[in-house]
Amino acid sequence: MSTPPLTDAARSGQRSFEGAKAQALIPQARLAGPMPWVLAIMVALTVLAAGAGLSLGNLAGDARSELSGGATVQILQADPATRAEQAQAAQEALQAMAMVEQSRQIPQDELDALLEPWLGESGDAETVPVPALIDVRLEGRADDAAIERLRQRILQVAPDARVDAQSDWLQPVFSALTSLQYVALALVLLLAVTSAAAVFLAARSALGNNRETIEIVHLLGGTDGQIAQLFQRAILRDSMIGGGVGLLLGLAAVLGLGYQFAALDSGMIGGGGLDWLDWILIALIPVLGVVLAVATARFTVLSAVRRML
Amino acid sequence: MSGGDGEVAFFDNVGLRYGTGKEILTDVSFSLWPGSFYFLTGASGAGKTSLLKLLYLSQRPSRGIIRMFGSDVITLPRSRLPGFRRRLGVVFQDFRLVEHLSAFDNVALPLRIAGVDESELVQPVSDMLEWVGLAHRAEAKPETLSGGEKQRVAIARAVIGRPDMLLADEPTGNVDPEMALKLMRLFESLNRLGTTVIVATHDVHLLQNVRSSTIMRLDKGRLADPTGALRYPPRRPVHAGGTR
Repeated sequence: MSTPPLTDAARSGQRSFEGAKAQALIPQARLAGPMPWVLAIMVALTVLAAGAGLSLGNLAGDARSELSGGATVQILQADPATRAEQAQAAQEALQAMAMVEQSRQIPQDELDALLEPWLGESGDAETVPVPALIDVRLEGRADDAAIERLRQRILQVAPDARVDAQSDWLQPVFSALTSLQYVALALVLLLAVTSAAAVFLAARSALGNNRETIEIVHLLGGTDGQIAQLFQRAILRDSMIGGGVGLLLGLAAVLGLGYQFAALDSGMIGGGGLDWLDWILIALIPVLGVVLAVATARFTVLSAVRRML
Repeated sequence: MSGGDGEVAFFDNVGLRYGTGKEILTDVSFSLWPGSFYFLTGASGAGKTSLLKLLYLSQRPSRGIIRMFGSDVITLPRSRLPGFRRRLGVVFQDFRLVEHLSAFDNVALPLRIAGVDESELVQPVSDMLEWVGLAHRAEAKPETLSGGEKQRVAIARAVIGRPDMLLADEPTGNVDPEMALKLMRLFESLNRLGTTVIVATHDVHLLQNVRSSTIMRLDKGRLADPTGALRYPPRRPVHAGGTR
């Protein structure tokens, strides 16, 4: 028999094991079946939760900055003449104060319009006394010290005045918004954990289906890293498909809800729009999803093959 | 105790048990030299396959010392095992071909794992399939191959990378006497190129076909070595003349 045609190529090979031939070695490494769709749903829900959380953050932030320097002076006097007199005196005192950037007495017709839903068009200032209101914008924040200084000065000229920081009125709303933001963050984290768990189970299943082949690759000198890469590449492709579809579904939901809320035409809700940084963060969700899926698959495969010799 | 750099494999008082069962191998000690040809014989259940598993690093021993190519493989970091396995060629008793790959891809697998470029492996793999008489079956999947054809694909896969040591577990169990002889000639050719060959078999006729070989006989997990020739072989290959 002639000498066998042996090659020394194996001893000098430098390339990693990749490409279609490598992928054909473990055909069931892909997250077969519904897994790409599970990932798509997870990413869509994450986009929705993140969009809601960011929107609530913007809404609260806008409202806070708008109200942070605001104060309201009310003249609580039933007699219209005295009320007008004190309001005039308070307005003059405010305009003389350095800490006040701007003050504006709300005209009676604006007050009537504000109260119209409750008192009707026939609202009569004589029968239902309504306080005179002065909207004050301070140079700095309307903190307790600033409000106290304002109060002391106003009471000197308008004994029936009451001074409040505008942000005090909305403090419960801010607390609720903050809670909702935490809920959105918790949802994002839970969805990430659930996605990782789904990938973990799928990778374990794929490993089980290919156990015999993996053992052969090991015995022929394949490294743990090579085996993990075979699965990583397959899962990368599937998670990219799932992430892309999930992003589109999530964006459609976020935009749809955005248009719905915009149609409410409410001043406060108008501040809940997303800016470009928020959109970048949302666009990063499927990217982070892919990284999470690939890292989970690698960890799962490596920890499993390390139990083999 | 020897175990220097000269031997390709050195076993010293090696024992192996699976779980808490009784020892499959007991106090096994031997040295294998480069370029030698060994037959591993013994009755069924004597521990031949278990000993081969230790040699192809699929199993760690329960006790004892094993050195391969000059390194203690028991304490070897896991990351270095693939490098040692690439120096070995293994023909498994059950072939262990990848069922969904063609004969060509099965033979090419060790080269691909070693990172050989696709353009560099087509010719050697084709030549090897030609040499084992399976060029016309290159695209056939293992399930369509006969036992003998699978055996030859498994052998081609084991030897294509020019291993330093070839381990074959009952390599002629599924082939006719003519093919068995042909395979023995193949192993001899490989041996002449410097590869240490260990063939586990219970076919006594095979032993007579390779003149310059050493016989290692296992009996109930113990290596029969009354003269100590396996444990303390001469510090040179037993290639010429052999130990019978």
